Amino acid sequence: MAKRIDVSGLSAYYGPFRAIEDISMTVEPRSVTAFIGPSGCGKSTFLRTLNRMHEVTPGGRVEGKVMLDAEDLYGTGVDPVTVRREVGMVFQRPNPFPTMSVYDNVAAGLRLNGSYKKSQLDDVVEKSLRGANLWNEVKDRLNKPGSGLSGGQQQRLCIARAIAVEPKVLLMDEPCSALDPISTLAIEDLIGELKQRFTIVIVTHNMQQAARVSDRTAFFNLAAVGQPGRLIEIDDTERIFSNPSVQATEDYISGRFG
Amino acid sequence: MSTVVQHPGSLKGARLPKWSPWAIAGGSVAVSVGLGLAAGIESRIQWGLIASLLFVLGTYVLAARVEGRRQAKDRIATSLVWVAFLLAVVPLFSLVWSTVERGVKVLDVYFLTHSMGVVGDSEPGGGIYHAIIGTLEQVGIATLIAAPIGVLTAIYLVEYGRGALARAVTFFVDVMTGIPSIVAGLFILSLLLILDMSFSGFAGALALAILMMPVVVRSTEEMLKLVPNELREASLALGVPKWRTILKVVLPTAVGGITTGVMLAVARIAGETAPVLLLVFGNPFINNNPFDGAQASLPLYIYQQYANSAGSEAAYDRAWAAALTLIAFVMILNLAARGIARWKAPKTGR
Ligand SMILES: Nc1ncnc2c1ncn2[C@@H]1O[C@H](COP(=O)(O)OP(=O)(O)O)[C@@H](O)[C@H]1O
Ligand SMILES: [Mg+2]
Repeated sequence: MAKRIDVSGLSAYYGPFRAIEDISMTVEPRSVTAFIGPSGCGKSTFLRTLNRMHEVTPGGRVEGKVMLDAEDLYGTGVDPVTVRREVGMVFQRPNPFPTMSVYDNVAAGLRLNGSYKKSQLDDVVEKSLRGANLWNEVKDRLNKPGSGLSGGQQQRLCIARAIAVEPKVLLMDEPCSALDPISTLAIEDLIGELKQRFTIVIVTHNMQQAARVSDRTAFFNLAAVGQPGRLIEIDDTERIFSNPSVQATEDYISGRFG
Repeated sequence: MSTVVQHPGSLKGARLPKWSPWAIAGGSVAVSVGLGLAAGIESRIQWGLIASLLFVLGTYVLAARVEGRRQAKDRIATSLVWVAFLLAVVPLFSLVWSTVERGVKVLDVYFLTHSMGVVGDSEPGGGIYHAIIGTLEQVGIATLIAAPIGVLTAIYLVEYGRGALARAVTFFVDVMTGIPSIVAGLFILSLLLILDMSFSGFAGALALAILMMPVVVRSTEEMLKLVPNELREASLALGVPKWRTILKVVLPTAVGGITTGVMLAVARIAGETAPVLLLVFGNPFINNNPFDGAQASLPLYIYQQYANSAGSEAAYDRAWAAALTLIAFVMILNLAARGIARWKAPKTGR
């Protein structure tokens, strides 16, 4: 189910401003890849190019190739809507739909994409909530508003909502930065389980988190403010944290800048 | 600061007692009434102004003596806010009061269920049934036309509009907001003349729709802009097409506010007289068909009772009763709007 991502020569723009430049990397299926780097170096921008969410921003434009297994996401005739069903996304701030119950939030992706039988939906909702380690906490309040959950529960609800549509890849943009340490731990455990089924890419500001959850780590940096961000190196997480091949990576990880 | 009574080493200063604003207000009213009677001032408005002035001054002086300068300034700001509030509420209250007082005289079931068909304008009797029918039909048709167009325009402007076309639409909506109602009426009237058609409730509804549309666009636009972008992105990232995202996520989140906006726009046009006078003409008989022939409407009825009755007391009473009905109608719409807004508001309860 999980798919490989192969990026080559990718640049992304906001209007005339080039935010990231010439990025090439491979993301292995059934693994967790972490993106680290100082603020503003384009981690979020790059992540959003991987499911064509970048072009939702007014003025957003992308050059280069992103292969999902054998298909180019930016090839002619590719429908961004289909891409986003294959590549799901979890945002920094938990954003459950405020008008919907817990159940409806999880079912939203399926329901909004066509009609399903009630029993089918019930199955998917339970499976997704279990998959997000949330089932036991919410099984008695499925019909209560999703925005009534705690922040950590809301974020797991958003993860359940994302995996309910069975994507091949799951992108997470600092999913724990608005959460307390306990909720963070719950999400990290969850990521460890989800990587059995999905290809996971996670942006994080927390170096320990990258070391704990990821198999591979990519370090991004930018030469100066107003310059485009670049990929400095990507390697096995262990190597990046013990013996990186670029000096800048070592400086960043050891806290000498950023 | 010598007047401030402060216990050394304490955070508590001297405070005027809780009831002091009421006492000062009562005192200043009493003084102003005494002054007014003594000096033979006729106007109640002048009494009120003197009382307000005394209230503000009295509050300041007392507070400055007892509590100190800073608290006195705080109190003066508070009392100014209260005075301004009263100045705004008094006319409103007196308007509602006199409408109710003079309106209930003839307002009964008979009045609500009969027309003016066989009653002369200056005789007693008759009712507003035909006018209620007219208002409901004209406002209803206007809403059916203006609400969908207005909401769709707002959706275009907020969700899709970029560049020159969106700017042009925004500009024309702004221009439309400023159209005087009589001009909207004349515009439709000129169409009627070109097409060689005659008065009808529908023609009036068209003019009302022109007046209503920009109001709906503006309020809906504001409501849609309040929907956080994160919700749109969350939906798009699930692989939901944009149009479904708007239909299933954006609109439900904003529906309470949109409904309120539409209801308020309805309330605004329900009281329009000028275009109705031009296009619907007025009719003492019941005409249930809005597409053929002259109709009545509540504001038009009020105007005609006043204008055509040569000062007859009976006609004035009917005009007041119709005004009361119209105000009640608008009030009910407002309450309904509030109810819907509360019922549909995104739920945050735990
Ligand atoms: N919507 C936007 N419009 C214009 N510039 C943006 C927008 N979002 C981000 N940027 C710019 O793109 C660069 C990369 O931002 P981002 O991808 O958010 O960085 P990161 O996630 O690594 O902190 C920054 O210089 C930022 O100012
Ligand atoms: Mg970011």
